[in-house]
Amino acid sequence: MIATIQDKFVTATIGGQLFALPIQRVQELFVPERVMRVPLAVAEVAGLLNLRGRIHTVVDMRCRLGLSAQPQHDNGGVSAQRRQVALSVEHKRESYALLIDEVGEVMQLPAVDRDENPANMDAALAQASLGVHRLEGRLLVVLDVDRLLDFDLHSLAPKAAA
Amino acid sequence: MDELLRDFLTETGESLNIVDVELVRFEQEPNNKAILDNIFRLVHTIKGTCGFIGLPRLEALTHAAESLMANFSEGRPVTGDAVSLVLASIDRVKSLLDHIERDQKEPEGNDRDLIGALERMADATSGDDQPELPRPLRPAPVSRAEVERALAALRAEEEKSMTSGNADCTAQPDSLGVNGQQIAGSDRGDGKVANQSIRVLVETLEHMMTMVSELVLTRNQLNELVRHHEDSEFKIPLQRLSNVTAKLQEGVLKTRMQPIGNAWQKLPRLVRDLSTELGKAIELEMHGADTELDRQVLELIRDPLTHMVRNSAAHGIESSEQRVATGKHKRGTIRLSALHQGGYIIIEISDDGRGLDVDRIRARAVAMGLVSETEIAKMPDVQVHRFIFNAGFSTADAITNVSGRGVGMDVVRANIDEIGGTIEVKSVPGRGATFTIKIPLTLAIISALIVEAAGDRFAIPQLAVAEIVRAGRDQKHRIEYIKGAGVLRLRDKLLPLVHLKTLLAISDSADFEDAFIVITQVGSQYFGIVVDRVLHTEEIVVKPMSGKLRHIAMFSGTTILGDGAVILIVDPNGIGQTIERTEVSLRGEENGLDTIEAEVVREQVVTETMLVFRAGSTTQKAIPISLVTRLEEVDAGSIEMSNSRPLVQYRGQLMPLVAASSETRIKSEGRQPLLVFSDARRSMGLIVDEIVDIVEDVFEIELACGEPGKLGSAVIKGRATEIIDISHYLPMAFDDWHDWQQDEVRIAARSVLLVDDVPFFRNMLAPVLKAAGYAVTSVASGRDALALVTGGRRFDIVVTDIEMPGMDGFQLASALRGDPRNAGLPIIGLASTVSAETMQRGKDAGLRNYVAKFDRQALIAVLQEQTADSVRAA
Repeated sequence: MIATIQDKFVTATIGGQLFALPIQRVQELFVPERVMRVPLAVAEVAGLLNLRGRIHTVVDMRCRLGLSAQPQHDNGGVSAQRRQVALSVEHKRESYALLIDEVGEVMQLPAVDRDENPANMDAALAQASLGVHRLEGRLLVVLDVDRLLDFDLHSLAPKAAA
Repeated sequence: MDELLRDFLTETGESLNIVDVELVRFEQEPNNKAILDNIFRLVHTIKGTCGFIGLPRLEALTHAAESLMANFSEGRPVTGDAVSLVLASIDRVKSLLDHIERDQKEPEGNDRDLIGALERMADATSGDDQPELPRPLRPAPVSRAEVERALAALRAEEEKSMTSGNADCTAQPDSLGVNGQQIAGSDRGDGKVANQSIRVLVETLEHMMTMVSELVLTRNQLNELVRHHEDSEFKIPLQRLSNVTAKLQEGVLKTRMQPIGNAWQKLPRLVRDLSTELGKAIELEMHGADTELDRQVLELIRDPLTHMVRNSAAHGIESSEQRVATGKHKRGTIRLSALHQGGYIIIEISDDGRGLDVDRIRARAVAMGLVSETEIAKMPDVQVHRFIFNAGFSTADAITNVSGRGVGMDVVRANIDEIGGTIEVKSVPGRGATFTIKIPLTLAIISALIVEAAGDRFAIPQLAVAEIVRAGRDQKHRIEYIKGAGVLRLRDKLLPLVHLKTLLAISDSADFEDAFIVITQVGSQYFGIVVDRVLHTEEIVVKPMSGKLRHIAMFSGTTILGDGAVILIVDPNGIGQTIERTEVSLRGEENGLDTIEAEVVREQVVTETMLVFRAGSTTQKAIPISLVTRLEEVDAGSIEMSNSRPLVQYRGQLMPLVAASSETRIKSEGRQPLLVFSDARRSMGLIVDEIVDIVEDVFEIELACGEPGKLGSAVIKGRATEIIDISHYLPMAFDDWHDWQQDEVRIAARSVLLVDDVPFFRNMLAPVLKAAGYAVTSVASGRDALALVTGGRRFDIVVTDIEMPGMDGFQLASALRGDPRNAGLPIIGLASTVSAETMQRGKDAGLRNYVAKFDRQALIAVLQEQTADSVRAA
């Protein structure tokens, strides 16, 4: 079995759960500074930040994946307490910063070892998940970047005079 | 792929698009020999090249098509069937080319079917004359040089037949020019146009754009640093850097711009085919085909536009019988238009068909479970229309090949969404429907006011800001409360107020004590946005809103400030819409409050940037820096005298110099500072003693009466300063300065009537118009203007401000139009902001066009266009 790059993933811990993202889609790992909160935005969007001149939409992964929110002070947009990290990805020609709790190691996760989503998986999570891997004692959820970031397309119905 | 083959594919593809358009035109004008010759030439060249490269199938096919057209050339009647057949052959050629692109060779098989049909048609139309013996399929062997010449000639032909003169930069994603250089022009000299353009990879331009963007951001950072130092020697070079950066940005942006006509190329053919297929008479009108937009955006809207045109043809336009029965012209019209407006491109697709069937949309929406019966009964038609943008929505009974598949409008909307645009539909039953697409021009740089609310900073586009007022208990302006809502009494008018932090739901506690109020104008609507602090104005690069945030009406984009912070750009339109709702509830209740709508706030507060200098006497002088092309310093020793007039060699030309004052002595040694004024072809230098400073502020200019060279005076940096009138000096450099600008159109000096109640603007615009060669008469009010015209004075064109007390621009236009003698008189409106409603109002009032007040170049261009038109009409 030759290890291919399609099977290489970056793992991350979010809300106590282990996730994996295809390494080819992840551009970098960084500590987000000065996240500007956007008033009136959907809950999944934590705000915007500037990384070397490129504006990234910051996505709160806990919210997006239906996990419990991180306890945090409400001090206007800068993530508090624990130092969060973010993974930068690109989707439909825009840049996004995915807020995670901790980054894990890079792992080889061949598709053949992947199982279907368990039937009792949370709907929001299942929508973005490609499947799960059983690692010693832990369950790891593999995420699809594009489906992960398509979360507002359901709301295309006409808004009553927005 | 072989480079020659690649080039051939690109060139031929482009030619075929032109042939398509030309064939449709030819069908409508069968007697137009020029069109036919053009088509013939193109097809002939394609055939020849095919022969050389070794593509026998293509060669045979194009040969047969060419023979058929040769018959037309000889005057044989042109039938719809014949044209259809030729079009079918062109389609076949295109599919063969696609195949060649994939496999680098022709597919197996032959085109006997088409060729046979073409030959039969040719025989049928050839009549009694002996048909020309077909030329041998294989011409004599040609050299590669000849092929390259042929390719270049092909290029030159298509450059010539492309109506837009935009042959500067054609970018193709996967092609390089032959040997990566310009393709040599043909010896016949037709290649002159081809020589002026070059093929560039889109990637290269992308890279340039990113670099320029970085430059702008860095420049902003420098500005930010310098801002904190009062007197810094960095200021002047930084200003120059600013100007240069802005121009560079403009230039690079232009390279990626292409006329929208390119996306429209295939549409005439499409409409023609649909007409035939559906048995309806449909005409396609295209306006503004040379409106430019970014190449990538162009690619993305091509399909949506095609889809909508299809829809119009299939569902919108009725059959001729139905149309005549309802009193319409038997031929339906689909109208495409594109124009630039305030940082956006507005594209309209409208038809005069039957409009959207609201009842069916209602029924379908309910059937699809999108809304309940009761809910939809309450919805106004305008809202119901929006349902068509839902996935799977289609009210067509039969899913035909043409459209009605139900996957249309939602995909269209998604595509437009992707480029940061919006789409709306307006429909009148029985009269037709109009789709309006609004796409932001990427990388716009605008001037914005940076404000602070609840600790966060926001940007408000300067164009929308009329005034900034401090309000509160101890202040001059009073805030009053009506039904709990705050309003500002400003010079006896009441403006609705809204707290920025309330609008954005950042903070609940919002009072109006000691607040800064940004008086904002959207169209004719005025209101005040209350903020905690007003910081400064800055030129910002507008980045489009993130896809996840685009639906928030309050914001129109984001930007990065000089200190690296990301902030949101507020959309005054969005705020205006919120206010409209509250206004409606306030209106008409109490006495005297019926007219909450503020009257025109006349005191337009404009910050102007003045270049301050010394020339001659001790009085300081100044000129608005926007009028100066460049600041220069030349070595005094390089100044020469010719006929006792000083000149200097400047950028390869001899530039005449004029002293700014009689007391100014040209230096004999050292560095001589100059203010350079340039136009399309030439420059002149104004000699000054010393450049003092560049000051940005609000100036109150007192006007001078008739003193040559002096516009007025103002207090700048605490000193009385003379504002000079540059139009006094320009003719001193060139006697024929006035003849520069306009060329063929000028028979006599065109006369312009300039109407504006603010003296500063009158005095700023009048010299600009004079310098452009117009005879200008200025008046201060709509009434005076009307009086002049009805009194018998004749003008070639009227340029009027819109917001004026007494009689506003719209009223003036209507009044002028009321007199049939003024029917052909072009009236141009000047506005500080332009919105869709004001455009419409303008059109209704009879304005020919709208120009932003501070856009000198646009004004000159529009004037030229308008006066050119009237010459042609004469």
